[in-house]
Amino acid sequence: MNLVGSLFGSSIGRKIVMAVTGVILIGFVVGHLVGNLQIFQHPDHLNGYAQFLHQLGPLLWVARIGLIVAVVLHIWAATVLTLENKKARGSDYGFKHTIQATLASRAMRWTGFVVLAFLIYHLAHFTLGLVQTETFKETAPLNHYSMTKDYRVAGFTVVTAGADVANVYNMVVLGFQNKVVSLFYIISVGLLSLHLLHGFDSLFQSLGLRNAKWSALLHKAALVLCLVYFLGNLAIPGAVLAGKLQPHAAKVAPAVQR
Amino acid sequence: MVAATTSSTISVTLRVWRQAGPKALGQFKDYAAKDLNSNMSFLEMLDVVNDELTLKGEEPIAFAHDCREGICGTCSLTINGKPHGPGKGIATCQTYMRSFHDGDIIVVEPFRAAAFPLIKDLVVDRTSFDKIMQAGGFITARAGSAPEANAAPVPKGDSDLAMDAAQCIGCGACVAACKNASAMLFVSAKVGHLGLLPQGQAERDRRVLAMVHTMDEEGFGNCTNQYECSAACPKTISHDFIARMNRDYLGATLRSAFKPEAASSGGGA
Repeated sequence: MNLVGSLFGSSIGRKIVMAVTGVILIGFVVGHLVGNLQIFQHPDHLNGYAQFLHQLGPLLWVARIGLIVAVVLHIWAATVLTLENKKARGSDYGFKHTIQATLASRAMRWTGFVVLAFLIYHLAHFTLGLVQTETFKETAPLNHYSMTKDYRVAGFTVVTAGADVANVYNMVVLGFQNKVVSLFYIISVGLLSLHLLHGFDSLFQSLGLRNAKWSALLHKAALVLCLVYFLGNLAIPGAVLAGKLQPHAAKVAPAVQR
Repeated sequence: MVAATTSSTISVTLRVWRQAGPKALGQFKDYAAKDLNSNMSFLEMLDVVNDELTLKGEEPIAFAHDCREGICGTCSLTINGKPHGPGKGIATCQTYMRSFHDGDIIVVEPFRAAAFPLIKDLVVDRTSFDKIMQAGGFITARAGSAPEANAAPVPKGDSDLAMDAAQCIGCGACVAACKNASAMLFVSAKVGHLGLLPQGQAERDRRVLAMVHTMDEEGFGNCTNQYECSAACPKTISHDFIARMNRDYLGATLRSAFKPEAASSGGGA
């Protein structure tokens, strides 16, 4: 069998696809969270960061397409593997018994479905502005933000002070002031963390990078990663609901042209 | 012989899967097994129940068994949802009635997997394992007398690890325990066993590719890394061998993609 055939056509190959796309997606969600935690700094940071990402232009689309491909392949592998697994099992046992499989591992399909639903909502919410349009960065009344300081990435100034940028900070804060939306986000990232708990642990096994010597350490690392990831995500809507994060009174200069 | 003073008797209800043939409709049927010597093995208990059924003119319960000392891999049975019963690291033949309590209802089912078609009652056809072995679970060695023992030095650690994998008796408990009826633990034990030894190196890539290919063809499922297999394995073979096989498979796939073929390939022996 050729390389592509082995990867996409065999049981282990598909698990490798699952693992590699999993690594990409874990990298993304962690990076995404770290970027978003800038909300706890001056609005210059989050807004400058968002402006910086938009300025990437074609590079942004390369990243987006890469992520879309990863998501599609991850779901494709999950679907094909699950269908094969159901067929392989054939008949079910009369006496259902689990020896040691973890809750996270048994809930993978359901947490996966919730994460997909959340992903679609999240894109509609903050990227496309299809829901909560009254607070969306490009359509809301307070959509302009004037940078008070330069925004730097790796020492380079990427957004200069005085630049008129989209007000992502206010969009997030106003969006999370809706309790239902915040609760949905919190539950979804909770289930995503549970998904990652088994996923992170599993990807090492699927790629063959695991043995008894460091499986305990890996499991602990997975636990810490998922807990920190969940708390980090909880912090943003949590701080908004607790009133710690307030919309920034944007100094909008109507004369400034975007 | 067990001294009379050490044995007590228990009575249990067996809820056994009865199915006359591969196409017949199966169902659970209850049998009372009374006053059993608690030091009987599970298979001996079934012998007693079958004797009674025979005397009553009923069809005895079909179950697979052979050595009855945990080394042949013939006995199967999923007892209360766990292949080979409640004990860890033992086969059904090494499960004793003292593992159960008086009055228990014990559910006895065949190993269930599409790749293990049912023959009768609790007996399933595990030929698919033989096909996987025929695909690469061997070393193409010269026939004849045993080679000189030190001709191929093996480090102690490697030999011990190979022995861990070689303990696999091919019973199929890993498949039965896996919710996906995956044979990864079995195949990885065979791949790992030979892959760890110098004698297995020449065919290492071909072996893992061929065995995994046949495993897939035979309709076994995929691994979801829950490790029910190693927990159910009567030889407690570690799922580390699955990681090892995954690594081997990935390497072999890459190497075989770039492996040049000799101009004379296909000729000769």
